[in-house]
Amino acid sequence: MKFSSLYLWLRQKPRIAFFMCLPLILMVLCLIIYPFIYAIFLSMLNKAETKFVGIGNYLFLFKRETFWLVVQQSIFFALVAVFFKALIGFIAAHSINAIPSKGQRKWRGMLLIPWVIPPALSTLGWWWLFEPTYSAINWFLVKISLPAIPWLSETFWARFSIILVNIWVGAPFFLIMYLAALKSIPADLYEAASIDGANYKQKLYYITLPMMKNIISITILFSIIVTFANFDIVRVLTRGGPIDTTHLFATYAFRVGIESGDIPLGAAVSLFMFPILGTLAFIILRSVRKRAMEV
Amino acid sequence: MKKNYLHRRKFIKGLSATGGYAIAAPYVKTSHSAGRLLLGLWDHWIPGANDVLENIIVDWGEKNGVEVKVDFITSIGNKLLLTAQAESRAKTGHDIFSQPTWYCSMFRHRLEPLDDVVEDIINKHGPLLDSAKFYAHLDGHWRGSPAPTGSFFDSMVSRFDLFKEHAGIDLQTLFPGNENRDSSAVNNWNWDAFLLAAEKLYKVGKPFGATIGATADSRWLSALFTSYGAELVNKNGEITVDSDEVRQVLEYMSKLTEFMPKSIYAWDDSSNNRWIISGQGSAIFNPASAWAVAKRDNPDVANKLWHHDVPRGPKGRYRSDNSQYWGLWDFAENKSAAKDLLRYMAERPVIDACVKASQGYDIPLIISHFNQNKTWIEASPPDGVLYNYPMKGDEIPVAPGYPAPPEIASQITTQYIIANLTARVTAKGHSLKKAIRWAENELEGVMRG
Repeated sequence: MKFSSLYLWLRQKPRIAFFMCLPLILMVLCLIIYPFIYAIFLSMLNKAETKFVGIGNYLFLFKRETFWLVVQQSIFFALVAVFFKALIGFIAAHSINAIPSKGQRKWRGMLLIPWVIPPALSTLGWWWLFEPTYSAINWFLVKISLPAIPWLSETFWARFSIILVNIWVGAPFFLIMYLAALKSIPADLYEAASIDGANYKQKLYYITLPMMKNIISITILFSIIVTFANFDIVRVLTRGGPIDTTHLFATYAFRVGIESGDIPLGAAVSLFMFPILGTLAFIILRSVRKRAMEV
Repeated sequence: MKKNYLHRRKFIKGLSATGGYAIAAPYVKTSHSAGRLLLGLWDHWIPGANDVLENIIVDWGEKNGVEVKVDFITSIGNKLLLTAQAESRAKTGHDIFSQPTWYCSMFRHRLEPLDDVVEDIINKHGPLLDSAKFYAHLDGHWRGSPAPTGSFFDSMVSRFDLFKEHAGIDLQTLFPGNENRDSSAVNNWNWDAFLLAAEKLYKVGKPFGATIGATADSRWLSALFTSYGAELVNKNGEITVDSDEVRQVLEYMSKLTEFMPKSIYAWDDSSNNRWIISGQGSAIFNPASAWAVAKRDNPDVANKLWHHDVPRGPKGRYRSDNSQYWGLWDFAENKSAAKDLLRYMAERPVIDACVKASQGYDIPLIISHFNQNKTWIEASPPDGVLYNYPMKGDEIPVAPGYPAPPEIASQITTQYIIANLTARVTAKGHSLKKAIRWAENELEGVMRG
């Protein structure tokens, strides 16, 4: 019978596996692959979207002074912010891991708050603290006879402010990942090291760090991608200013594509991140795989 | 035989029916104008202005058998722009959509030409402001119809008490709240005179404040540039930023910014409002909204505010114009009814009602609609505060980026090239040569096809 043979065909394991994955495949196709290909297509059109210009938009960007400023800023922002997020996350994870497990939960909960609050909202809170004219921090500084700081109106301080807020939002992610990694290190390794007379530093260098290497690499990779593509913090705090000196790829793409109506060029700006992040992801994931195979 | 008396109720009923027909007569329901009409309109800053506008539209819909739905969309966080971008790409959404300033240029390929509508309006009510025409008359076609709300001028909004006390300038005499202005005295109100006043006000801790940042309010710089004859791109689309006029205006700004707060480089669109309403500042460039909010939040300051002409430059006195249109998407489903509504929204009673509801904030785009409008004349306190908000003297309204062709002017404005050029000189200390070279590079970018 036709029906029974179809039923049997469907019941074979590979088919069942395929059909069970189908919703996910469709989601990836619709929400990732299609927008990505559409973005590539858009980036190859002229401003009025009437003519195919190939890689013309990308070549055009190479000649733009402001674009190169954005490239430099994005790299600087991502490297500095990720470095401090990783450092603070590492120190905080160790500190929490060192306290008795009974008290750990409340510290974990409190330190996760910045990561849990939607960044657009928490950044608005930071904006009130940094407000160009009526900054709450400056109000306090002036009260204690210190000079007011131009948090958002001078390039150095504006960059400092967006990096600070990014670290504040992102450090708890490192904290929770590192804490989980620390908990997974077998305690007998430390006990054996102690018996051999290893001090704290030696335990850190020869046990903790090697055991955490993979999680550190993956966390840093993930964080670089997210930080590189950051939008909300810069958008709320500085809108790319002063004088375009805090623009990142995403905010500059928004300026060019949405605000100025040049969607193809905006798509080209945002896609510029792809080869940079793709290369980085390839290098980090390859070293993670290598280490996993060694283990 | 029963006598047919005309009772009071019957008389009122008949009168209101006649009145209703009289108002709606040109817009009688036709087979084309029925159906559903969706409007995505700019959400007004002034409380209550949306309600009046919605009532006018809904009343029109009821009289014409059109089911009308109005969505007010805020421009905060670019929501209006994002919605317009989304609808124009998805080719679905509202029928009529607000088109503030450069939207008509940005979405020209998605907007239905409205030549028939605007020509009817012009034939009936007279011409539009030239500066307003610049925004929507593109490639020989009207891509928008004058909106009854949302258009405004950036007049100067000053504290007359501070100007009188510290700068020796009596703004209420110079720009009185009546037609008795002394034009020879007004002639001396120029950017040099303003610089002297700004210095004096800065010294007493009440500086003039206006943004030089990546925000739409930086358009005051564009009017200043125009008053010096400083063009970034000329009307033929040629880059002309490397000129003596540009150097002259940048040198002027180097002096003026010495007497402005340093935070101006990070100001957003509401910073100047807070600056004047808080009592910290002495002058800003703004429409009537700062005064309207001050009436509620700080009446002492509102009582001392005065809207007046901007200073004159070597090439004239220019005030920035921010015109708003209503556009009809080319994918709209009910174009006939939409066009009828657009014609109706340019009627004098509609405009007067909207100007009144906005407490004088809204400016008509049709020149004849300025005449005899009592809202600006009667606004208070203080008496005459808005008399000079619609232009009374030799001011010329100008769109930012003018005289560059609209598609280039829009890019100059939305990429804040004038503000960035100015800030490079005044905040970063770049030489004029270096800053102008940067501007040339940026302008080459905005002119790509």
